[in-house]
Amino acid sequence: MARGQGAALDRKKLMADPIMVTTIVLLITFLTLFILYPLAILLVDSFVGDGSFGFSIFKRIFAMPTFTRAITNTLKVGFVVGIFSSLIGLLFAYVEVYVRMNRFAGGLFKLVSLLPVVSPPFVLSLSMIMLFGKAGIITRFLLHIYDNSVYGYWGIVIVQTLTFFPVCYMMLKGLLKNIDPSLEEAARDMGAGRWKVFADVTLPLMLPGLGNAFLVTFIESIADFANPMIIGGSYDTLATTIYLQITGAYDKAGAAAMAVVLLCITLLMFAVQKYYLEAKTAATLTGKASRGPMLIEDKSVKVPLTIFCSLVALFVIMMYICVPIGACFPTWGYKFFPLTGKWFKQVFTRYHGFKAFKDSFVLSLIASPITALLSMIISYLVVKRKFKAKGFIEAVSMLAMAVPGTVLGVGYIRGYSGGLFHTGVLQGIYGTGLILIIVFVVRSLPTGTRSGISALRQIDKSIEESAYDMGADSLKVFMTVTLPLIKDSFLSGLVTAFVRSITAISAIILLVTPSFLLITVQINEFAEKGSYSLACAFATILIIITYSAVLLMNLFIKYFGTSRKIKED
Amino acid sequence: MSNAVIIKDAVKKYGDFIALKGVSLDIKEGEFFTLLGPSGCGKTTLLRMIAGFNSIEGGEFYFGDRLINAVPAHKRDIGMVFQNYAIFPHLTVEENVAYGLKARKVPKAQIEPRVKEALELVQIAHLAKRKPNELSGGQQQRVALARAFVIEPSVLLMDEPLSNLDAKLRVQMRTVIKKLQRKLGITTIYVTHDQEEALAISDRIAVMKDGVIMQCGTPTEIYAKPQNPFVAGFIGVSNFLDCTMEQDGLVDIKGELKVKVPVKSTYTGPARLSARPEQLFFAEAGMPGEVQFSTFLGDFIEYEVKLDDGQNLIVNEYTKDTTEVHEAGEKVFLNFDPQRISVYEAESEEVITC
Repeated sequence: MARGQGAALDRKKLMADPIMVTTIVLLITFLTLFILYPLAILLVDSFVGDGSFGFSIFKRIFAMPTFTRAITNTLKVGFVVGIFSSLIGLLFAYVEVYVRMNRFAGGLFKLVSLLPVVSPPFVLSLSMIMLFGKAGIITRFLLHIYDNSVYGYWGIVIVQTLTFFPVCYMMLKGLLKNIDPSLEEAARDMGAGRWKVFADVTLPLMLPGLGNAFLVTFIESIADFANPMIIGGSYDTLATTIYLQITGAYDKAGAAAMAVVLLCITLLMFAVQKYYLEAKTAATLTGKASRGPMLIEDKSVKVPLTIFCSLVALFVIMMYICVPIGACFPTWGYKFFPLTGKWFKQVFTRYHGFKAFKDSFVLSLIASPITALLSMIISYLVVKRKFKAKGFIEAVSMLAMAVPGTVLGVGYIRGYSGGLFHTGVLQGIYGTGLILIIVFVVRSLPTGTRSGISALRQIDKSIEESAYDMGADSLKVFMTVTLPLIKDSFLSGLVTAFVRSITAISAIILLVTPSFLLITVQINEFAEKGSYSLACAFATILIIITYSAVLLMNLFIKYFGTSRKIKED
Repeated sequence: MSNAVIIKDAVKKYGDFIALKGVSLDIKEGEFFTLLGPSGCGKTTLLRMIAGFNSIEGGEFYFGDRLINAVPAHKRDIGMVFQNYAIFPHLTVEENVAYGLKARKVPKAQIEPRVKEALELVQIAHLAKRKPNELSGGQQQRVALARAFVIEPSVLLMDEPLSNLDAKLRVQMRTVIKKLQRKLGITTIYVTHDQEEALAISDRIAVMKDGVIMQCGTPTEIYAKPQNPFVAGFIGVSNFLDCTMEQDGLVDIKGELKVKVPVKSTYTGPARLSARPEQLFFAEAGMPGEVQFSTFLGDFIEYEVKLDDGQNLIVNEYTKDTTEVHEAGEKVFLNFDPQRISVYEAESEEVITC
């Protein structure tokens, strides 16, 4: 009884707040149209694409050896990359938390954790080819190996591992710091040595977190389009196969069915990660560390660990540096000196550089405030409000996290090229800048929402309630109380959305029309053609843009942010 | 098995800050010894030095006659109970308790009965298969205790083990700990900031302040004969009065009262007197004052009395000794038993009485 009354009261309260209701309705429409519908149409298409309902399309694609090979390839790469990345990530996290490093090593670690944030997806593949390829600087000119091939399985594994391990490193570092040091001290005073403490206490506590890192990387690896595209050679993964199925074979129904298969794999992983491992991690690591852990003093452990990690870090950093340098070689693979600016010049004079940067920049610039605001509104509703559709909003925006860009791209093609359900409604947006902006928004929404939720959870509900008491409506409360309190998180959401948009490729490459030139698409094109110097020049400028954006944000937060006061608590 | 713990001139530095300024202790075999002091006094620092978790900047630490300065934590043969229990969340109660035995390579056949016995001693044998997150705070505390003593360590260390429990459970658990320690006879070093807990549980107490030991003694010694105003104020409640020390143990209190106290020094001059609330009583003559406030607390009545010079004193009168209740505004005289008070030099704060 009381519960029914409470729900009725909640509903009444909500209906008395028209702004809130409008927002919720608009949100649900947006999420349905641009996340749920494109995925639903994939399902529909793959079952009824050729006129009759049934499994005929699935039968057809599973009969293609290229497709079945792509599945095994993708899973193989994902599995190995997941393991390598989480292990290297764990090593880095362990060294950072348990070893007091000198400033040089500390700086290296910090740089490594920052690089994947600002770098476009191709960078490591490009430099891998330039350093270790057939005409690679290291392989050919230092080691005089003339037939080294970096294309294929190992190329993808190495490049993806180096791309994704910093993410694991950051995740696991957070967990390690949360382990109560007295747990390890307790094991030690009962007679366990350092290694036994690690094996008996630290590792078991980290296990769910490690599984989590493994699966997150697995999903990222499976969804990755750019690296397999450039360095995969003939080793096709699902993402590239789907892309070729559409752009090469013009088999849209087949691509839709393949996309459904890829989506099922990532969704399954995502479900395991989200509902099983995350809960387990929280259960074992609730303690807040009151003091720092016992540092490793033993030089025979400390020195090799630090040196190994520093070398890996140096290697990664070298690969990033290689890109701008590669853009300055007169003829890559043949003539390295004197360094030249001619490629940069050609980018702008011959290859419509300005237009590419303008298009990428403007579209991302429009998309990022929309993304940031949307994700803040979603997280606000999820954390602070109670209403029926809340579960739907939360689930759909989290679902977007598990959807690979390629799948989304195919979904948009199938869903909008002929209008909604092929009726011509909304067909107008297909092929325009608008649909690109929408894709940017949808692709960055999950990350923004996740960080928004964690920022909002830290704000006491009573602060907002007191504003309501004084007569402010929900819009006013959100704009004057909530938003200012999460200003920093909003700002970093803005920049993250911008960086993610301007470096996006997987969904965009399927939807972009010749009227728009996007930098990432250009990089992909030149890398495909083997014009690595031009690709590097484009990539360098992209890195400069993204890095400046992050730098600008940090400066802004430093001088106008609210977080400094909060952090001191 | 159990060891005496001897500490000579322990020094701990954090950069320029000296946390321990040469602390010496002589803890006897099988003794329940408490380090008591306000936060920041260095008690936990000292405990963690004994455990081997903090580096030792100076001094010598002995377990029995074994110098342990250079021995790593896991070879010191200690059991420790942490403030937040530090129970392994991924292991069951049983596995938690068995951990130390396994780490010491105790034969498998012995592990099970010893774990069982330990769990029975702390009365949680029925919880053996549970995971820590299925236990209440008090039960987790018992697991932590069992885990620490089951390895029969030469020294048992406890770092504010009761501070996360509610008041009632705290009283209950301190009796459990005390009885257990008596039964097992393991030398125990206990850290707390709660003076009542320290008095209730310890054989001897070292009261610490700013990295120095202010007084070391049995609970009764420390309560009855505090060696300096800090200890007098920190342990229980004390009233302080300015006075003048004259020849032959004569104490002059503001010209209103003159008493003779037993002294061990020949100091004369300005001094401070401390008296417990229950040692002050209402009398026919003595220090004149006015009752400000009375609080009836069942077994005794607490009065706040304002002396004529404006100073407030706390006086406790036991209800079994009197039926009369003094009302606010009543003029009274206060007196005390000169044998049971302490007098300190005003400057050096050294004790004069014995």
